[in-house]
Amino acid sequence: MNGERTRILVVDDEEIVRESLGGWLEKDGYEVASAADGRSAVERLKQEKWNVLLVDLKMPGMDGLQVLGEARKLQPDAAAVMMTAYATVDTAVQAMKLGAFDYLVKPFDPEELSLMMQKIVNQQRLVRENVALRKALKKEHRFRDIVSKSATMQRMFELAQAAARSNSTILVLGESGSGKEVLARAIHAESPRAEGPFVPVSCAALTESLLESELFGHEKGAFTGAVARRKGKFEAAHGGTLFLDEVGDISGKLQLDLLRVLEDRRFHRVGGTELIEVDVRVIAATNKDLKRAVAEGTFREDLFYRLNVIPIVLPPLRERREDIPLLVSHFLERLSTEVKKDLSGVSAEAMAVIMAHEWPGNVRELRNVLERGAVVATGNVIQAADLGLSRPGAPAAPEAVAPVSLEEVEKRHIAEVLQHTGGNVSQAARILGIDRVTLYNKMRKFQLRREEGDPREPGGS
Amino acid sequence: MEGIHLWWIGEGGADPRLLEHVRAHLDRAFGLPVALWSAAEPPREAYDPRRRQWSSTRILRWLLDHGPGAGKVLGVTDVDLFIPILTFVFGEAQLGGGAAVVSTARLHDPPEMGDDRVVRQRLAKEAVHELGHAFGLTHCGTPRCVMSRSPSVRDVDLKRDDLCAECRARLARPVERGPA
Repeated sequence: MNGERTRILVVDDEEIVRESLGGWLEKDGYEVASAADGRSAVERLKQEKWNVLLVDLKMPGMDGLQVLGEARKLQPDAAAVMMTAYATVDTAVQAMKLGAFDYLVKPFDPEELSLMMQKIVNQQRLVRENVALRKALKKEHRFRDIVSKSATMQRMFELAQAAARSNSTILVLGESGSGKEVLARAIHAESPRAEGPFVPVSCAALTESLLESELFGHEKGAFTGAVARRKGKFEAAHGGTLFLDEVGDISGKLQLDLLRVLEDRRFHRVGGTELIEVDVRVIAATNKDLKRAVAEGTFREDLFYRLNVIPIVLPPLRERREDIPLLVSHFLERLSTEVKKDLSGVSAEAMAVIMAHEWPGNVRELRNVLERGAVVATGNVIQAADLGLSRPGAPAAPEAVAPVSLEEVEKRHIAEVLQHTGGNVSQAARILGIDRVTLYNKMRKFQLRREEGDPREPGGS
Repeated sequence: MEGIHLWWIGEGGADPRLLEHVRAHLDRAFGLPVALWSAAEPPREAYDPRRRQWSSTRILRWLLDHGPGAGKVLGVTDVDLFIPILTFVFGEAQLGGGAAVVSTARLHDPPEMGDDRVVRQRLAKEAVHELGHAFGLTHCGTPRCVMSRSPSVRDVDLKRDDLCAECRARLARPVERGPA
C-alpha cells in the first residue's frame, strides 16, 4: 500500500466485535484501534487523527449517533460508518443526515465490507490529491492577489517571494495599471512584517510641501494651518511597510530628504527638532525610466541606488497575453460577488475582442472593462457588446486625418474622454483604465484642463 | 517439531487427495516440512447454534490448545465458518500467530457444482492465504497474488495459487530455511 496507512477507530461495546473487526481490518494493512464506549471514543477523537470510524449505533451511555455528532465537529474529514444489529429506516436516515458515510447491518457480508473500505480509501485519496493539486496550482499561478502563468511572471513571483522575506528596499517598475500597489501589498503580506501596517503614499498627487508634511509629519505651528502636531506616513508605517508610489515624480528637495531617511532611518517632523527613529521597510514604485531621469539630472543618482536594491519589473499586459483568460476568470469570480450576479464567463466573441485589445491601461483597464461588462450584461455570460471596446478589425476612425504622433493621439483621446465625462477626472480615469494620479500627470503634461465649473468632481486631492 | 501441521478437523471424512493437494501448495509456498494430522472429533465447542455456523475464532483457540505446540497449525474443515462481524469467512488466521483455519463449505460455488478439482484449487489458495497471515503477511496489493483480499469466490478464482515476489521477500526468514 502506498502513502500513509489508513487509521481506523472501531467503537463498539462488544469486545468480540472489536476484536474480530479489528483483526479483519489489520490483515488489510490498516492501523486499527478500538474504543469500548462513546465517551472514550470522543477522547480518542480529541487526541489523534482518524481516517475512518466504525461506530456501533446502540451502546449504553453515549450512543452511536451522539458519537457521530461529536466526530463531525472534531474530525469532519473522517468517514464515519454506523453499524447496527437492528436496522431501522429511521436510524439509517438519521445517521446519513448527520453525515455518516454509510450504514452497515451486522453481520456484514465480507464483500460488502471490503468494497465499502475500498470506496472510503479511494475517496479519501482523491480528496487528498485534489487538495494537493489545488495547492500546487495556486502556488504556480498565484502570488497573493496576482495571478499569472507566464514564465516572466513566474520568475517575478519567485523574486518577490524571496524579497518579501528580506528587509531590503524594493523598487517596483511597471506601466500604469500593471499592478504595482497590488504587488507591494502582496510582498508586505508575505513578509515578516505582515502583522504591521501597510501605508501607501502617492507621491505624484501632492505638492512638494504637502508631501513633505505627509511623509514626515509636522509640529504644531510649523506652517500656516498646522494647528496641531501630526504624525507622518513614515511614523504610521513603523513596524510595517511604506509604499511610495510614483517616486519618480518627487522634487529635488524631497529626494534628498528621502535619501537621508533611507540611509539612517531617522528624520525630523516638519518644524520639529526631535529626531524620530522608525523601523520601516520601503517599497517604492514608478512608471518612469529612473535611469534616464538620473542621466538627465532630474533624479538623484544616490537615491536611485538606495531605492534600486531589489528591482522588480511588472511586464505590461500586452507582453503576457497568455494571462488574459486567467485574469478574466479571476476578475469575474470577484465581480460576481461585487455586482451580485452569477457570472459564468465571457462569450467567445467577447474573449476575441479582449484578446485583440492592446490594453494600454494594463490589468486595471481589463478589470474596469470587465466591471462595465458585468454591470451591463443581461445574462450570465458577458457579451462583446457589453464591454464597450472596439471590435478587432473594426475601422478605427472613419474620417481621413493627417498622421500624428502617438503622444498627440494620447492627448486628443484624453481631451475627448474628459469632455465626455464633463470634466469628471475620476470617471475619465476609470474609462481610460489609469489611476487618477496618472491622469492628473498627463493632464499637466498635455496642459489639459477640466471643464470649469463642473460640480461633479470634488476639488483638491 | 517446527514446520507446518496440516490437520483435518471436518465433520465428514478426510479426503486424502484434497489434503495432499493443499500440502503440496504449502510446501511450495513456504518451503517448510508439512506434516498431515487428523483429529478424532471436530472442535464441537466452536459450533454456534444460534447462527448455525462454526466460530472460526473459537476453532483457532482449539487448534492452539490441542495442537502440537510448535510451528504453525492449519486446520482444514468442511463446516461453515463465521466471525461475529461477518456473515461467513473462507478461513481465519492469527496474524503472526500459531494457528489458521480454512473451510471448503463456501468454496462449493455454485453449491450444486460437482467439480472437486475446482474446490481443491480454491482451498489450496485459501490455505496458503491464511497460513500467510500466520507467518505475518497482510493483504497484498499486487494483482492476482494469493495474499490479495478475496471476499468472494470470484476473487479467489481470479488470483494465482502462489505468493508474489514481494510477499516472498517479506517471508524471508522461513523461505531462507527451506529449499530454494
